[in-house]
Amino acid sequence: MSSLRKRKFDVLVIGAGGGGLRAALQLARVEASVAVVSKVFPTRSHTVAAQGGINAALANALPDNWHWHMYDTVKGSDYLGDQDAIEYMCRAASHLVIELEHAGVPFSRQNNGKIYQRPFGGQSQNFGGEQAARTCAAADRTGHAILHTLYQQNIQARTHFFDEYFAIDLISNGDGIILGAVALEISTGEPIIIEARCTLLATGGAAQIFRTNTNARINTGDGMGMVLRAGIPLQDMEFFQFHPTGIAGRGMLITEGARGEGGYLINKEGERFMERYAPNARDLASRDVVSRAIATEVREGRGCGPQGDHVLLKVDHLGEGVVARKLPGIRELARTFLHLDPANTPIPVFPTAHYTMGGIPTNRDGQVVAPFSLGPEEAIPGLYAAGECACVSVHGANRLGGNSLLDIVVFGRAAANHIADHLQHSRYHLPLNEESIERALGRLARWDKRCDGESVAQLRRELQQTMEHYCGVFRTKDVLAEGVERVLALEQRLQNAVLTDHSKIFNTARIEALELENMMEVAIATVCSALAREESRGAHSRIDFPERNDEQWLKHSLFFKQGRRLDYKPVRTKPLTVDSFPSKPRVY
Amino acid sequence: MRFSIYRYNPEVNGGPYMQEYQLKGIDPSMMLRDALLRIKEQDETLVFRHSCGEGVCGSDAININGRNGLGCITPLASLKQPIEVRPLPGMPVIRDLVVDMDRFFEHYRSIKPYLVAHDPEPEVERLQTPEQRDRLDGLYECILCGCCTTFCPSFWWNPDGFRGPAALLQSWRFLADSRDQATAERLSELEGPYRLFRCRSIMNCVEVCPKGLNPAKAIGRIRQMMLKHIL
Ligand SMILES: Cc1cc2nc3c(=O)[nH]c(=O)nc-3n(C[C@H](O)[C@H](O)[C@H](O)COP(=O)(O)OP(=O)(O)OC[C@H]3O[C@@H](n4cnc5c(N)ncnc54)[C@H](O)[C@@H]3O)c2cc1C
Ligand code: SF4
Ligand code: SF4
Ligand code: FES
Repeated sequence: MSSLRKRKFDVLVIGAGGGGLRAALQLARVEASVAVVSKVFPTRSHTVAAQGGINAALANALPDNWHWHMYDTVKGSDYLGDQDAIEYMCRAASHLVIELEHAGVPFSRQNNGKIYQRPFGGQSQNFGGEQAARTCAAADRTGHAILHTLYQQNIQARTHFFDEYFAIDLISNGDGIILGAVALEISTGEPIIIEARCTLLATGGAAQIFRTNTNARINTGDGMGMVLRAGIPLQDMEFFQFHPTGIAGRGMLITEGARGEGGYLINKEGERFMERYAPNARDLASRDVVSRAIATEVREGRGCGPQGDHVLLKVDHLGEGVVARKLPGIRELARTFLHLDPANTPIPVFPTAHYTMGGIPTNRDGQVVAPFSLGPEEAIPGLYAAGECACVSVHGANRLGGNSLLDIVVFGRAAANHIADHLQHSRYHLPLNEESIERALGRLARWDKRCDGESVAQLRRELQQTMEHYCGVFRTKDVLAEGVERVLALEQRLQNAVLTDHSKIFNTARIEALELENMMEVAIATVCSALAREESRGAHSRIDFPERNDEQWLKHSLFFKQGRRLDYKPVRTKPLTVDSFPSKPRVY
Repeated sequence: MRFSIYRYNPEVNGGPYMQEYQLKGIDPSMMLRDALLRIKEQDETLVFRHSCGEGVCGSDAININGRNGLGCITPLASLKQPIEVRPLPGMPVIRDLVVDMDRFFEHYRSIKPYLVAHDPEPEVERLQTPEQRDRLDGLYECILCGCCTTFCPSFWWNPDGFRGPAALLQSWRFLADSRDQATAERLSELEGPYRLFRCRSIMNCVEVCPKGLNPAKAIGRIRQMMLKHIL
């Protein structure tokens, strides 16, 4: 072990998506020494794929204010979101979006020169009134524009990057204080210990656990796996967002911005069916509502195509000009993958696994919190999380489009601020516990085994199919129970899986094996949490429990790996300064 | 479907070689990346980068039948067989199709790829007309895949001196931005015979850019601006 390379920093940020980069930038301002570790070059992080935009009540296009944004977010969350965190986020939004503009993000513009804003799903004026236009956009490449700008700012700030390093596991002092991580330098296959007084997880989402998804190959829930192995629970994992408009059968995302610009969905009869499901908001109802509507249309035989397995998204009536200026990215996608031009032909779409609402439980300051001895929200010393891997929770049971890019910059910054403060008080590095290092190295060594066994690719495929089949848009007890059994059987088989490539240099087979272990942890947490929650709320729709049940279930789930135990904690319904929004029936 | 793929693992091979693979039952509308993943299922030792699968992350730039492109948006049907896949030309190979991109990113960093503004920041956004913003179209969309720079003969001959089309496109992205106030610094950084002026307008960059961007035109614009600046 002494032969291992070791580096020491004040702060270790794991993940170089929007969340990690925003945090690193904030820390550069206080002159902390920061290491940013990413398994891919920073601009390859999946924030780059975000299309539609980022929410802030700038009121550039229509009247707006942060309090309306807050109302929409609470309602969108199906009242499971924590209202203190939601207030914090919505209040910070305008300032942080302006700051992104100052940093160089090439936002699209209105004629008066201000940032262009488009309507998105679940947005209203005046607490449930007319449609609002709150989503700030750089055409339909907003994530790309934001990620590249944040990376550029970090170049200027001379942030220290460890590009193409794969974080394996957290390390500690043996007494619950997190002190960094063991990572693998992918190009050499050498492990390295990165010691830090504070560690921030910003590892992104996990939609790769589903077969058809909008996510990149790298979105395997690594940070969530690390946290579970460290004995910390994951929160609200049953709430997985299925985006209504993935390209049918393939998964690439067609942004909600397509509907924001005036596009709409039709079934095989040419009917604009959303009018039946959401008479007011129609195609711009919340994502859970639209996804269920599409799945219902298909199940009831009104799907399009020879198999009747999708519906159509029309934007052709908007005219070539709007499609070219406002939706160039999705036009390119449709041309490449479907050989059609959305300016002339409707796009076949179907709900597709998209966003992990659940994740690592944190408070508003990004501190990871869990119930141990001192109550439900005890901070784990030295450990922070932000972005899609975290659960603050601002999205509750259903995230609104445009709120995640906001979440990552707001809470990436908030976590960094708290870290900066913490560094003032804890000046020294604590001694490492050897055992935690050995455990991380053991995860690596396990894949050196040379014998017969199943391949990682095979198990990965089966896991993705199982999750899609047994934990999809509509759920029941029987199906979920079978899902749990099947996923656990796969976990058993994973113990005996082997690699055939044992080389060190850029061994991506080994990386995929480590990723599959994380996916497995996340999948188990997801399906177990889903089986336990006997109500329908937001993205979690139980056919056997079709109603929301606030009396029993207005609470967050916490899943522990050890003993596959579930625990619950109350929702924070009290905002910071305003009155709370009491739970109401949710209609759009 | 037949493939011929460049293989090299410095741990085990004395030198690079081409390996043949066959895949059966392949739908030609599939993308090359999907085929490479199938091959990897048969032979785990084949190594390549990839992530988003939709042409936005820039991970999987490779040389396909002699031309640079992204595996994830190159349909198999468009390719002559055996499909020959090699790492990006002119870059040190780490293993198989994975190259060391350090020099590419050094050039990127050297052009100061960030907005520089000296005026105090207003309370609200800086205003920009839609027309001013339109000038950034075709520039900011670059995904830093490296297809262009590693296909540019001027870069092969002067990999240290010439910034290469990708970095220069980004330099123009900031020069063209009405909000940027570092025009003079940016231009003077590019002076001299190499950094900018090695471009011989061979247009390889334009031909291979998977995002349809035009670095050669951007380079022309920088030259014009430089002339005006000197006069
Ligand atoms: C197609 C698509 C479109 C979207 N559009 C929008 C939109 O319009 N508006 C909106 O608000 N939201 C949108 N979202 C959601 C939003 O983009 C994401 O939730 C958000 O970008 C996540 O950012 P992040 O920083 O948390 O993680 P990511 O950007 O996913 O970054 C994760 C980082 O962690 C690193 N990492 C992970 N594991 C490891 C490991 N083991 N070791 C080292 N590094 C690791 C990765 O390399 C990467 O750098 C969209 C999502 C998708 C998929
Ligand atoms: S036009 Fe200039 S930059 Fe582009 S390939 Fe030719 S020499 Fe290189
Ligand atoms: S200009 Fe085009 S080819 Fe060159 S790096 Fe950018 S996206 Fe790739
Ligand atoms: S995998 Fe992202 S560009 Fe091809």
